[in-house]
Amino acid sequence: MPNVKLHYDIDGNDFTVAGQASSNLKKVLKQLGVSTEVIRKAAISMYEGEINTVIHGKGGAADVEISTDKLIITFTDHGPGIKDISQAMQEGFSTATDEARELGFGAGMGLPNMKKYSDALNISSVLGEGTTVEIIIHLT
Amino acid sequence: MEPNNTPLSHSVTLDKAKCKGCTACLKRCPTEAIRIRDGKAKILQDLCIDCGECIKVCPYHAKQAATDPFEDLQKYKYNIAVPAPTLYGQFHNLKDIDYVLNGLLAIGFDDVYEAAKGTEAITDLTLKLLAEGKLEKPVINSACPAVIRLISVRFPSLISHILPVVAPVEAAAMAARKEAVEKTGLSPEDIGVFFISPCAAKATTVQNPLGLKASPISGVLSMKSVYMKLLPALGKLSEIKPISTSSLEGISWARIGGEIKALSRGKCLSVDGIDNIISLFEEIEDDENLDIDFIEALSCTGGCVSGPLTVENGYVAKMRIVEIAKAQGKKDLPRTPIDLTDEELTWSEPIKYRNNMYLDEDFAVAMQKLEQIETIYRDLPQIDCGSCGSPTCKCLAEDIVRGYADEIECIHNLRKRLQSLQQEAE
Repeated sequence: MPNVKLHYDIDGNDFTVAGQASSNLKKVLKQLGVSTEVIRKAAISMYEGEINTVIHGKGGAADVEISTDKLIITFTDHGPGIKDISQAMQEGFSTATDEARELGFGAGMGLPNMKKYSDALNISSVLGEGTTVEIIIHLT
Repeated sequence: MEPNNTPLSHSVTLDKAKCKGCTACLKRCPTEAIRIRDGKAKILQDLCIDCGECIKVCPYHAKQAATDPFEDLQKYKYNIAVPAPTLYGQFHNLKDIDYVLNGLLAIGFDDVYEAAKGTEAITDLTLKLLAEGKLEKPVINSACPAVIRLISVRFPSLISHILPVVAPVEAAAMAARKEAVEKTGLSPEDIGVFFISPCAAKATTVQNPLGLKASPISGVLSMKSVYMKLLPALGKLSEIKPISTSSLEGISWARIGGEIKALSRGKCLSVDGIDNIISLFEEIEDDENLDIDFIEALSCTGGCVSGPLTVENGYVAKMRIVEIAKAQGKKDLPRTPIDLTDEELTWSEPIKYRNNMYLDEDFAVAMQKLEQIETIYRDLPQIDCGSCGSPTCKCLAEDIVRGYADEIECIHNLRKRLQSLQQEAE
């Protein structure tokens, strides 16, 4: 069975390009004829993940793997890591910088939204080394 | 949501003799609906949203909008002109709208009904619907047919956000015909209702209505062609009857910001220019927390004043609309409500998703094709020059996989191949 792999580099110095990977992923999913509901879930998760990777991870990458039944998006960064993952998953909790808050980020909804719009979310993080967030969305 | 791909006719046409096969329209089309084939521009009907950008950008005036001829008035016993308020911005030093409206009577119409009147009923209904709170936010206006068509091909998740209400010109056309039936005793089919349009997309909407089973408009006349008839007639008017009853707010819809000015409620946003609209809609799809109540989106920069069928520079027309609307406001005319029910003003038909992007109905085949696209794309120069006739290298890769183009059409890769052959020969 074929599977499609997409790779997006996420620049750690520029919030304003966040959304490009999401836009590209939406197009690919439309080309595959994936349902509007799944595209919406993927778009929101991708966008939140991109922004998290910029704000908290100081940049990194997003890798997308599409197979016949599911979509896996893996965000990898080499940022400071997450001290307390269960705290990070709480709605409203944020460690965003003032700069990010000025741009309207830092509402503490990033990871909770990614969890809400995906079918599974796995985080692994090592302090001082970085974080990997994997989300799975079923296509059917 | 199931895609609906019944064929759609479009108002944008090509004068083949004038087309030089350059890349101006190819590069400008916001939905990548144009290819250059056999040295001429070709519109992919399924992707075209009638925004008219290609008409505006063509240096050889080869792109045109197919509107109806003035002679179509002969098909009806009684003809009503419905001018878009943009028409008022086309004239230098226009003191009063009534000059233009009397001019329309002078060139052959039996009556005039201002499209601006339709806006008042739409604003009232919009406010009512927003107050009820049942619409999905952000609510997106339905006045611009190019925006609705854009959503139907590119943003299926936003279809449920569109205000399910007829466009002002449709409201005006319905009311005009109703009044004329009462006034003349003729049957509705004998009454011609002609929209004087700055917009190519409106012409398509008469043939392929959005949200309605049938359009209340009989024909669409291009603003340019009516202007040519009006200009000499205006100088010969002997008497100016007071006709106009539209409001400052109604006339202001001709420019961006007019619709939300009339609403004056909640968190409203105006966006103009098709590329700006696309980037905003991308963000709305992605970001849950934007907190916007209403979006006024108009495909042309500055609003309908910059429509492809206008005569005057859009910015000049916009300035004039502001002045004319103010002058109209000063008249302090009593507001005469339009005689239409909420039900008549509400869409009866759903907007359908037209997915023209999918590569194959079979998911596994679509995946294979997607891989092929990526493989071909990696070998292309990725400079998006357009020489091959596709707007971007990515698009050429897609066209090759879809069977619309050959790989050999990349002139840069061809040159590379020739160079390496030459080296081998040496």
